[in-house]
Amino acid sequence: MSEFTMGPMLLNLVLWLPIVGVALVLLLARANDGLARTIAAAVMTVQFALATVLYLQFDATAAGLQFATQLPWIAQWGVSYLIGLDGFNILLVVLTAFLGPIVVLGAWTSIKKDVPLFHVMVLVLQFAMMGAFVAQDLFLFYLFWEAMLIPMFLIIGMWGGARRVYATLKFVLYTAFGSILMLAAVIYLVQSMQQSSGVMSFAFADLYQTQLPLSVQTILLGAFALSFAIKVPMVPLHTWLPDAHVEAPTAGSVILAGVLLKMGTYGFMKLGFPLFPDAARAFTPLLMTLAVISIVYGACLALVQTDIKKIIAYSSISHLGYVMLGLLSLELVGIQGAIIQMVSHGIVAAGLFLLVGMIYDRCHSRELAEYGGLARLLPVYSVFFMIFTLASVGLPTTSGFTGEFLALMGAFTAAWPAHLDGNNLPLVLASVAVTGVVLGAMYMLRFALTFLFGAVKAPHHSPDHPLLDLSLREKSILGLLTIAVFALGLFPDGALQKTELAAKSYQSLVTTSRTPAGSAGVTP
Amino acid sequence: MPHTLALIALLPLVGFLFNGFFATALGRHRANERAAGIIGSAFPIAAFALTIKAFLDLQAGGFAPIVEPLYRWALIGTSSFEIAFYFDRLSAIMTLVVTGVGSVIHIYSTGYMHGDKSFGRFFAYLNLFLFFMLLLVLGRSMLVLFVGWEGVGLASYLLIGFWFDDLTNAKAGRKAFITNRIGDAGFLLGMFLLYRAFGTLDMDTINSAFLSGTGAALLVPASLVGLLLFVGATGKSAQIPLYVWLPDAMAGPTPVSALIHAATMVTAGVYLTARMSGIYMMAPEASQVIAIVGVLTAFFAATVALVQTDIKKVLAYSTVSQLGFMFLALGVGAYGVAIFHVVTHAFFKACLFLGAGSVIHALGGEQDIRKMGGLRSKIPLTFWTFAIATAAIAGIPGLAGFFSKDEILWYAFASAKGGAPWLWGMAALTALMTAFYMFRLLWLTFMGASRMSHEVEHHVHESPISMTGVLMLLALLSAGGGYIAIPHFLEAQIPLPPIVESLEHYEHTLLYVSIVLAFAGLGLAVFMFGGPASRPEGIKQAMLPIHRLLSGKYFVDELYERVIVKPLAWFSEVVLLRGSDKMLLDGSLNGLASLAQRTAGLLGRAQTGSLHLYALLVMVGIVGALLWSWRHV
Repeated sequence: MSEFTMGPMLLNLVLWLPIVGVALVLLLARANDGLARTIAAAVMTVQFALATVLYLQFDATAAGLQFATQLPWIAQWGVSYLIGLDGFNILLVVLTAFLGPIVVLGAWTSIKKDVPLFHVMVLVLQFAMMGAFVAQDLFLFYLFWEAMLIPMFLIIGMWGGARRVYATLKFVLYTAFGSILMLAAVIYLVQSMQQSSGVMSFAFADLYQTQLPLSVQTILLGAFALSFAIKVPMVPLHTWLPDAHVEAPTAGSVILAGVLLKMGTYGFMKLGFPLFPDAARAFTPLLMTLAVISIVYGACLALVQTDIKKIIAYSSISHLGYVMLGLLSLELVGIQGAIIQMVSHGIVAAGLFLLVGMIYDRCHSRELAEYGGLARLLPVYSVFFMIFTLASVGLPTTSGFTGEFLALMGAFTAAWPAHLDGNNLPLVLASVAVTGVVLGAMYMLRFALTFLFGAVKAPHHSPDHPLLDLSLREKSILGLLTIAVFALGLFPDGALQKTELAAKSYQSLVTTSRTPAGSAGVTP
Repeated sequence: MPHTLALIALLPLVGFLFNGFFATALGRHRANERAAGIIGSAFPIAAFALTIKAFLDLQAGGFAPIVEPLYRWALIGTSSFEIAFYFDRLSAIMTLVVTGVGSVIHIYSTGYMHGDKSFGRFFAYLNLFLFFMLLLVLGRSMLVLFVGWEGVGLASYLLIGFWFDDLTNAKAGRKAFITNRIGDAGFLLGMFLLYRAFGTLDMDTINSAFLSGTGAALLVPASLVGLLLFVGATGKSAQIPLYVWLPDAMAGPTPVSALIHAATMVTAGVYLTARMSGIYMMAPEASQVIAIVGVLTAFFAATVALVQTDIKKVLAYSTVSQLGFMFLALGVGAYGVAIFHVVTHAFFKACLFLGAGSVIHALGGEQDIRKMGGLRSKIPLTFWTFAIATAAIAGIPGLAGFFSKDEILWYAFASAKGGAPWLWGMAALTALMTAFYMFRLLWLTFMGASRMSHEVEHHVHESPISMTGVLMLLALLSAGGGYIAIPHFLEAQIPLPPIVESLEHYEHTLLYVSIVLAFAGLGLAVFMFGGPASRPEGIKQAMLPIHRLLSGKYFVDELYERVIVKPLAWFSEVVLLRGSDKMLLDGSLNGLASLAQRTAGLLGRAQTGSLHLYALLVMVGIVGALLWSWRHV
């Protein structure tokens, strides 16, 4: 079999492997915790290996879908099982697959209740997230999008902390609200395309051709944007996130911050803006303002948190603001930065949540004030903590720098000509966004200061029973993430080449007007 | 060798990795300490040797810049971000100073840090610093420079807070990092503007574009770019208003103060400005701002240094002040002169800090000069080297500082690119204060009768050869370093500004004035501190409000605390967290949430049966739905 026919099968395998894992756990390991863990870890590892093969074989110079599979599904609605890789999703697919084994290994000892079921949920979630990224059909995408909700809800609700019911409820209410609006918009969009062109299709490629008046685009973008903005989350739709993070088990937080939040920004990039380009451009000032508010607001709130998980949660809001800023810049450098920033945040936030989880496993407290001097007590832990802190701060040579630097550069590059034309808003916004690099250093170094330095202090620590530094398992997980942090910081070129064509196509989709000829909404 | 420049930068990185991985865990044993020290020093020395080789190569090529590409960091559209190194007269001088002074300070540290429980970690950090500093001075692109720029900030943060068991040290490190980040935000904006205009960040390209005044250079105003980059420089090089971190940075071990917070890192802003001289030559407004900020910083920092009682704090404010001199030179277009002062300052200030370290070492950690005195005969090598360096910074004729400082004063007065008599006046006054506070320091520390406690005095001992040897070498350079004609050497690359013709004949007069000022400072200090203790005390009492203002450092830290830090915390806590997040956003959802919560409670009861069954149902549902729809195709 040649590579070309192997490819699509490989992608299908990557997508469906977690379901194989689910079947194996349910068949073989319903009462065997150790086996359930092993199966999940093995499946995730194989998935990551296959995803790496896909990444390496992905042709950066070819436009359009690669490794695509298209099977007719519900013909009368124009729905098909259409999956494939392109520059939009390639890095996110690899990220999702990369975090899979890390999540399972990270939860190895901390999940003690209903272990097989937990891994079933993690695998189902992995399937749904992977599906949402590789889906190239709106119906399919929506199914996966919704399917993510259930396992995440259960992971927080069943393995979460004391206030987990409140947190899951808030999470479900917010996301379900967004989803319902999006569903209505999806139906309307497909209907109107059928009316105007006679074709009924859910394929993204077809939908990118739809011509809609600005007023309709605005309403539909509004519905999509609300759903996506909740997921990102953008201020003021963010308050579900800190609660969800605080109550979620470590694995839940890692998935949430690592992959799930990127669904929102990915949704904007793949669907929201390219489907409704004229509305997107009309709303750019508003969305950009919200993005910059998110950067500053998230950072300010991270600055005053006393719960260590909340610091990271609010920092996520801030960091994803850069993604939105880059996407909205419509400059190639900014879009590329946004994509890298998505991946970088996935790695760095995963690392930080794992670190927080590791200390929580030992000390059972998330109160920052109860800690101090960990650098003396847990030197290896502290080195990793410092590495991820610096990556979060966006220090050059780390992935955080690559993403933030390019995204901000894009925002600024777009703002300067606007300023010369007399429109100062983008310039003001870009400049305010840059203060995020200062605030980022402030909240992360405040965290590090109290946590690592000064007199030794930690709950459940005593000179007779000192805390144990990282185990080999913990070191390996963090080591893998560290490699990723520096790889993307020092050598981002390879990844950037894989996404460049997609970034360009996003740019041209969003900057080309698609209102029907003769309608009032035509932009010159 | 094809990758000489890359190797210069990477050698210390290897040292960092080695000591970071192996010596940090082993550092406590004597043999391991020796290994960590040898490895930690060997890599910088090798880098210094390679730098000399690179310099000879440069000379052999008639000083044509050497460009050495390493790899492509990113390609965005058509603009390429290359990791490349660039070696010309300017980077040659900086690299020689960084690796040269860096090497001797490593050697000194093997003695100074002897017995520290984190000996290996110290050398690892110090090597890491050198790596980033070398990226900073060798980078061709502003991107590489910025990597080094932020990297030295990291190393500085780690080393200031090196003894992190004391939270004050760690806090000082944090303050340094965050203050620098404020500057870096400006730096970033400047870089973005340049990228917007040129699509590249290669500094040689940008400079020549500005100098020729064509094409893309016209898209961005030189003064705006210049000012934004200068904001970055005020952070790293401790100028008003961002100098506040440097005095606190003295919390780090003294070799760190010498290497990072005196000789090398803090001059990065000066280097950046000189490196981007193409922009500043086209930006007279920005240059004027630099000259004014420089002279004000020099002046005010010197006034604070007059009354400090901590030996390292005096030197810290002196460094801020001397950096102000350098920016004054940059502001009046005398880039080569600024770099000249960078070099001589690196010699005498490193010597002073290491001398102070030797004093602190001898006194078992004492830093208060009120509890010193009479050390001259007890630690003679330290005394003599410290005295030479003091004379050098004070501007005593013939020594290194005299030459570079005098040139700065001259250009401040007569440069046709922004020189002005009042700039000279303030600078001259500062020079007088410099001579005064430095000789005050020398006298209070080494001369007169001992004010040490009996216990301390009993243990006073001269430092080991690893430390005194370095002091002697640096004293030699402080004495003779002024004879290296750096402005002349650099002139072929960055021309010196023209002199206002009508002022040319003042040159000798001003020279005599500076000599007089240096000796006046010396005389005044000896008069005040060489006599009875009641004399300085009387003057202090007579000028108590001023003394309080100066020893309180103009209360700038308190001001920042009240105007920036506290309001930001209040805004975040009260307005955003409690007001917006909890009250407004969550509050409005509360009704809905509590309603739904009740419903969920009911649903929850139905859920408690079999969790496995529930999971299975979810799966069956999803797979079933897919299969069903498949058949209906």
